[in-house]
Amino acid sequence: MILTLIIGIIVIVSEFIPHPPFGRLTQTFESWFLIIFGFAIILGQISLVQVNLNKISRREENWIYHLIGLISLFVMVVFGLLWGTLETGGLLGQGESIQAAIGTKPFDYLFDNVYIPLSATMFSLLAFFIASAAYRAFIIRSFESNLLMITAVIVIIGRTSFGSFLTGWLPERFSFFHIPLLTDYIMEFPNTAAQRAILISAALGVIGSSLRIILGIERSYLGSDK
Amino acid sequence: MTQDLKKTQFERRIIFLTLFIVVTLPLIFPLGLKTEITPLVQNAYDMIETAPDSSRIIISFDYDPSTITELQPMAQAIIEHCWRRGHKVIATALWPQGASMADAAFSFVIENGYKDKQYGVDYVNLGYKPGGTVTLQALGRDFQTIFPSDMKGTPISEIPAMQGIAKLGDIDAVMSLSAGDPGLMAWIMVASDKYKVKVSGGTTAISAPGFLTYVNKNQQLIGLLGGLKAASEYEKLIGVKGKATVNMDAQSVAHVLILVFITIGNIKAFRIRRKTRNAQMN
Repeated sequence: MILTLIIGIIVIVSEFIPHPPFGRLTQTFESWFLIIFGFAIILGQISLVQVNLNKISRREENWIYHLIGLISLFVMVVFGLLWGTLETGGLLGQGESIQAAIGTKPFDYLFDNVYIPLSATMFSLLAFFIASAAYRAFIIRSFESNLLMITAVIVIIGRTSFGSFLTGWLPERFSFFHIPLLTDYIMEFPNTAAQRAILISAALGVIGSSLRIILGIERSYLGSDK
Repeated sequence: MTQDLKKTQFERRIIFLTLFIVVTLPLIFPLGLKTEITPLVQNAYDMIETAPDSSRIIISFDYDPSTITELQPMAQAIIEHCWRRGHKVIATALWPQGASMADAAFSFVIENGYKDKQYGVDYVNLGYKPGGTVTLQALGRDFQTIFPSDMKGTPISEIPAMQGIAKLGDIDAVMSLSAGDPGLMAWIMVASDKYKVKVSGGTTAISAPGFLTYVNKNQQLIGLLGGLKAASEYEKLIGVKGKATVNMDAQSVAHVLILVFITIGNIKAFRIRRKTRNAQMN
């Protein structure tokens, strides 16, 4: 807690007094942060293995998926360690014979042919859920929802190639009603105004939380209930 | 299973099937819908276009494969644009998988007409660094401390494209392709606000509205590429019919279909409300 207090105050002060020793101290703290961050990744992996092993040993619901997850993790780590990835070699070098057989390193082969398609598929599934949710939930019930609906329709059409197709014929003096321009107006003014309000509020919240941590009022990061 | 639940599940299946067909058809038979250039994309394009010859431009690959549909076409178009203008491209990544994304983007552009581009001279991949904002702050003080070598292990002092770059301020411009945090926000806060480096970027369509506040008179962000449509606009600006242009047809049709679903959903809700009201009156 004392360390947090001292380091927090020095980092804040260094932003306002760019003279020695603050610059050098901040630089040192940044190096510490990067080293700690590196270890945090290892800690995260250890935690991941522990959590999954617990679930597998207790045969919890869907334990087989946790097992598959762990196997995938180890396969990627082992392939990465043995033959490296991209241009970087591994413990057994570049694995030329394997590269000759499958065209690339084992890690990169799995990354390109398994991880990328699976990741993209997971994200793409959102489209189906959005379509289904829009059908069920985007219902006009009040004046506000009516406004929201009109805005959403303009922005959705404006963000497609149909936007320019539908109103491209409008004369210059009515160009404001050209859907892509109307969309830009909505995004640039009402949206930006609301976003700024949210950002300012969030920034004030971050300042408050940071001060609470620096001053030791908030101690949950140390494992305390407070 | 109740009748209502069965009906809902049937409706969902119809929606999924229709969407699948509607998205697939334009991918097989492109419609060739025209894309209009918006000012945000034009500004991002102009930042690269008007940079002095042989500028050193960082493209930060701050995303993973889940968002390649939107962000990878942007990366490919920007790399091609940079090389046409004779700029040196320096790839960095604030996301672990970003380095592989960079490698794939460089390979794609090289295979499509830029086989003369040499690694180390015209482009370099410095790889992933953890730490987000703090890493960028440290880059502002000393580049070599954070990136002592590239992905291949070559010291950056021996890489021609990196000559003369001691700190972030020596970079001419930054393009961050960002799917979340850390990403474009960190580059705006550090590179643009603190070290006055020109920053532009690309995000997924869903994140773009949050970044528009930074496109202002202070030029915290110079233009913004938001989603697949922006990627297709960038492709149009550089005169390439790439993946974004082709995929944009499918996205446009899918958006219109979603509007149709919303309309049907509202008609259905209106009928149910009227039926309930009539039942209550009777």
